[in-house]
Amino acid sequence: MTDGNVLPGEGSSAGYGRVVPDGVDTSHGPILYLDDVTVSFDGFRALNKLSLTIDDGELRCIIGPNGAGKTTMMDVITGKTRADSGSAFFGQSIDLSRLSEAQIAHAGIGRKFQKPTVFENHTVFENLELAMKVDKRVWPSLRARLSGAQLESIAATLELIQLKENAHRPAGLLSHGQKQWLEIGMLLMQEPRLLLLDEPVAGMTDEETERTAQLLTGLAGERSVVVVEHDMEFIARIANVVTVLHEGSVLAEGTLEQVQGDERVIEVYLGR
Amino acid sequence: MKPEHPILLSSQGVPLFSKYGWLAIALFAAVVLVLLPCLYLFLPPSHPLHVSAYLVTLLGKFMCYAVMAMAINLIWGYAGILSLGHGLFFALGGYALGMYLMRGIGLEGQYQSHLPDFMVFLDWKDYPWYWSFTDHFWYAALLVVLVPGLLALVFGFFAFRSRIKGVYFSIITQALTFAFMLLFFRNETGFGGNNGFTDFKRILGARIADPGTRATLMVLTGVYLLGVFILMRSLLRSKLGRVLTAIRDSESRLMFSGYNPLGYKLFVWTLSAVLCGIAGALYVPQVGIINPGEMSPANSIEAVVWVAVGGRGTLLGPLLGAGLVNGAKSWFTVAFPEYWLFFLGLLFILVTLFLPKGVVGGLEKWRGKPR
Repeated sequence: MTDGNVLPGEGSSAGYGRVVPDGVDTSHGPILYLDDVTVSFDGFRALNKLSLTIDDGELRCIIGPNGAGKTTMMDVITGKTRADSGSAFFGQSIDLSRLSEAQIAHAGIGRKFQKPTVFENHTVFENLELAMKVDKRVWPSLRARLSGAQLESIAATLELIQLKENAHRPAGLLSHGQKQWLEIGMLLMQEPRLLLLDEPVAGMTDEETERTAQLLTGLAGERSVVVVEHDMEFIARIANVVTVLHEGSVLAEGTLEQVQGDERVIEVYLGR
Repeated sequence: MKPEHPILLSSQGVPLFSKYGWLAIALFAAVVLVLLPCLYLFLPPSHPLHVSAYLVTLLGKFMCYAVMAMAINLIWGYAGILSLGHGLFFALGGYALGMYLMRGIGLEGQYQSHLPDFMVFLDWKDYPWYWSFTDHFWYAALLVVLVPGLLALVFGFFAFRSRIKGVYFSIITQALTFAFMLLFFRNETGFGGNNGFTDFKRILGARIADPGTRATLMVLTGVYLLGVFILMRSLLRSKLGRVLTAIRDSESRLMFSGYNPLGYKLFVWTLSAVLCGIAGALYVPQVGIINPGEMSPANSIEAVVWVAVGGRGTLLGPLLGAGLVNGAKSWFTVAFPEYWLFFLGLLFILVTLFLPKGVVGGLEKWRGKPR
């Protein structure tokens, strides 16, 4: 509610239900701009003048050795960490550095954590219900009742992530791979324009990995997807454009073959 | 919904209570609100079924504690915010009504003055400004709600906005109640110093010592307890309840799902303080005294122990815990007065080790219920 972050022209109430009235302006193509972003922790530069743009509808893979700044980059985009300098824009007009985590989520950016993070004491159904795109302020929540259309949408997502049989089991009882799927399902319930996925196939069986690949490639086009992964086979399966991060900035960008052929990339990352 | 999603139907339209739940509530109401007051009021003291004034007052007191335990459980058990300062809200509610009760003494005090004895003693000539209008019951009742509520709202706003969590939050609440205790101990604060308020004579014209008044206060407390219990259940059944437990279990997931926890925390924190304050206001006329000792840090911790013993994060746990621990206390402080605190400490350790979800959690496990 009152979070100190008031958008220009938004008046005094930063009710995050109304932060972005008409969605994201992607008229120039890209949906995400990072420009010269620098983040330091105690002198360590986690991000070093990182510049990156993601096009609307694109599926982008980001790779890089440990400590390259992949997770910090997601933290900056989702409002968890503030950049020391540089700017982060969602579409043409939404300055991410001025919004709280909740407002950014509402603006249309969904994030999956590296470790699958679901509400373990809630049922699968309730997890999806909580994530669903609705007015998420206190009073509407107190009086919320699911409409038929909302039930349909939960049912459709349950179908998609193949957890219909488990709908009323606590999420804590799911397998690791199922939790990953549930978290992806929760992101989809948010109806984001941009999904940030941190290692979405970690701990999945080959079959689950294949299904995830299908799901993500199916999403691209209508939504933009950014995937951070270590699993090169998976990347080869889904990637168009791969960005290699190293020491907090972009080292190389291109198709997987181009990147794999790049001398500097081989040196820092693939050189085995 | 159409029948093609039968699996989804089960989470819609969950009844407020099951048939047995309503039956238990009706039974409680029949015994506490009707039977016991009748046995107390209409049977002569010589009758074997007569209920003594002591028991009626004790029950009223326990029910106030039980509401305090429910209030703590709301924020600790469900939203995961441990308050070690809820005694403050309880005491503030008590003091707010106590001001009205003090003015009701009239000229019957030791010094036969229109001022309370402690003010005469301080050589004050008139009530300080913040005692204005407290001779009106409805104004005092308003203060009972507003004082704990506003304090919680302001304190909570700054604490939650700064994202103070966990043990840091608990320690600050502990410091808050301690600071208020020191403030209220000072005679110059104008609330009777270490003696607090006592010697009440009447409430809304009725003599406080009358059996009818005692029974009425006890019944009112019982009604309030039931009301709070039903309120808890309906809150937790709503989506808001699920958001609260989500804050407890994974706050960052919730934020990245588009929820701002500040509003939710502030809402339940303030609600909890208000519920606690009203319980304090019901407590004072029944017990007949309020002093700064109620704000002592140990008091707030004891209330947390009730919830832990009964089972935090369960609907019945705080009721059971407040009853069990206070029942034990009533007996212990008569039988072995010097060992009570040792016993309380031991109880807390044992419950933490062997019944992490309290008595209710232990019973559920024993009955073989999953989760």
